[in-house]
Amino acid sequence: MDLKDKLLSSFLAFENNVDLNSPVHDVRSEAIKNFETKGFPSKKEEAWKYTSLNNLQKIDFSVFPKQETVLDYKEIKKYFLHEIDTYKIVFVDGVYSSYLSETTHDGVDVCLMSAALTKPQYRQVIDVYFNKVASKDESLTTLNTAFSREGAFIYIPKNKVPKKPIQILHLATGNEAALMLQPRNLVIAEENAEVQVIERHQSLTGNEVLTNSVTEIFAAQDAIVDYYKVQNDLDTASLIDNTYIAQKDRSVVRVHTFSFGGKLTRNNLNYYQNGERIDSTLKGVTILGDKQHVDHHTLVHHAQPNCESHQDYKGVFGDRSTGVFNGKIIVDKIAQKTNAFQQNNNVIISDKATVNTKPQLEIFADDVKCSHGCTIGQLDEDAMFYLQSRGIPKKEARALLMYAFANNVLESVRIPELKARINALIAKKLGVRVGFEL
Amino acid sequence: MDNKAYSNMLQINDLHASVEGKKILKGINLEVKAGEVHAIMGPNGSGKSTLASVIAGKEEFEVKKGSLALEGEDLEDLSPEERAHMGVFLSFQYPVEIPGVSVTNFMKTAINESRKAKGLEDMPANQMLKLIREKSELLEIDRKFLSRSLNEGFSGGEKKRNEIFQMAMLEPKLAILDETDSGLDIDALRIVANGVNKLRGKDNAIIVITHYQRLLEYIVPDFVHVLHDGKIVKSGSKNLALELEEKGYDWLKQETVV
Repeated sequence: MDLKDKLLSSFLAFENNVDLNSPVHDVRSEAIKNFETKGFPSKKEEAWKYTSLNNLQKIDFSVFPKQETVLDYKEIKKYFLHEIDTYKIVFVDGVYSSYLSETTHDGVDVCLMSAALTKPQYRQVIDVYFNKVASKDESLTTLNTAFSREGAFIYIPKNKVPKKPIQILHLATGNEAALMLQPRNLVIAEENAEVQVIERHQSLTGNEVLTNSVTEIFAAQDAIVDYYKVQNDLDTASLIDNTYIAQKDRSVVRVHTFSFGGKLTRNNLNYYQNGERIDSTLKGVTILGDKQHVDHHTLVHHAQPNCESHQDYKGVFGDRSTGVFNGKIIVDKIAQKTNAFQQNNNVIISDKATVNTKPQLEIFADDVKCSHGCTIGQLDEDAMFYLQSRGIPKKEARALLMYAFANNVLESVRIPELKARINALIAKKLGVRVGFEL
Repeated sequence: MDNKAYSNMLQINDLHASVEGKKILKGINLEVKAGEVHAIMGPNGSGKSTLASVIAGKEEFEVKKGSLALEGEDLEDLSPEERAHMGVFLSFQYPVEIPGVSVTNFMKTAINESRKAKGLEDMPANQMLKLIREKSELLEIDRKFLSRSLNEGFSGGEKKRNEIFQMAMLEPKLAILDETDSGLDIDALRIVANGVNKLRGKDNAIIVITHYQRLLEYIVPDFVHVLHDGKIVKSGSKNLALELEEKGYDWLKQETVV
């Protein structure tokens, strides 16, 4: 049985465990129909030209884990940003771990999607927000919607700021030979609210994991959302991340994606601006080796005047790794005075690595500033000579330059401890022995 | 017998060098002794910067013929970092920006890599800080400057001052200052020149590459050489620089044709 058929038949089993009378289930039923019609995307589709899911579909994934596993905090501490106090929403093989988590209802809701989807007090919020910005058409998103039951639910009411950042951690224990996970997150920042979220997926063994995740983020007027994705998984773990963001007037949503590992990672990051003076920031650092593959597909839809978007993705590709960047910017006719900036720079450090990068601008307004630049190159020879002439050997000089190249994306990271961690990860990935604290 | 005692700091014999197949240096002869300051002047495109890069070991420049040696040791097969470890320093005309790496951290890395090459341990942190403080005062550099990303957003003057700061930190035997005066206002020029003069000593040598005589009023050379079309066409005392300032380079070009 192929994966699509397996998922379709699993949906019947899934229905035995959820409330079929809830409006949420109507959404799921619609979604599974879409997936049934469309199936997994193939390389024939333009958006999937460079990323093939064929091999993943041959793997016999378990869709529901059979047993629960208790993990010792000590074993997994390193996957947390443990230097600072945070709220934590932790899932082990897709199942919520209350033992490892720290949720709150103190002025803000940092809790579980399963609770939000079923409890009456969240009904109104779910009616307004659930599946409202996620695509009802894109097959993998609808697949997730069909199975949406668990994930993180974050609701920040008007003028509120949670006491500390929130970490969402998905752990895969390897109890199943191959496991497919479909977390569903919903993040809502109401007017003038502010929130910081760090998300990480981590496999603990060499068993196959496929995660098809959907996150919806809503930022109301003047809200600020910082979302950090840390992707440093094992070479047997694949991730398809579908993030949809809806922004209202003067809101700021910054998504930073740090891709340092995993077998196949696809980031579909979609911004929809529904107001004026919005700031959308999308930044990424990708550092790959081995046969790792990362595909960033971004979309920023400027639908109102006087908004900005800033995209800056940097990639370093070694060994036989492959990278893709496809950045689509749509500026509607009424979206005058849009300022859309897009930059994708790549450095290839091996003969066998490849990068495909493509800006895709669809501009219908006439008074806009849109700049874009995509580069694929080697390290600057003059810069190498400069460092070497100061006594820094070639290998270290190369690493230092790559570090500098990737590092400037970190400027906008607002959690210093996270910045330090990412800095250290970048240095480690690049083998920099710079003789100083990073 | 100790060869070193009888060797020049820098000895260049009949040096020919090309870049991308184009001949730039066409037979340079130059002797620089410890304690001396030499100025190399010449019109644009005469090969001044190429000579600096060839001495420092830039790989794109191919030495076709001739030799260059530091204290009697042949430099030809050595990488830029190996030459740096031996005591060669090049102050760049266009220093490169390195975002994310502060001036301080860059210097720590450079110094410790040099020490590593000599089999020494990393310099202790307190000693490093003391050295940085001492040398930054010499160049009138304040602390904030040291924590900025290397050369990123620096003004022309700041970049050059930073180059000489690096020179002061690394204490080279042979320093080559490539157009250090370009882009400097008079105050910055004075600070940079003052820094260089304090680094002059009987055990090191300096080559000043410049287009104009102005810098040489502050860093007074023992010898002045004029480079034209890849060759040294005239050498003399510091007065030669004044003569060039007055007459330009054309009379020398004609002289060589004759």
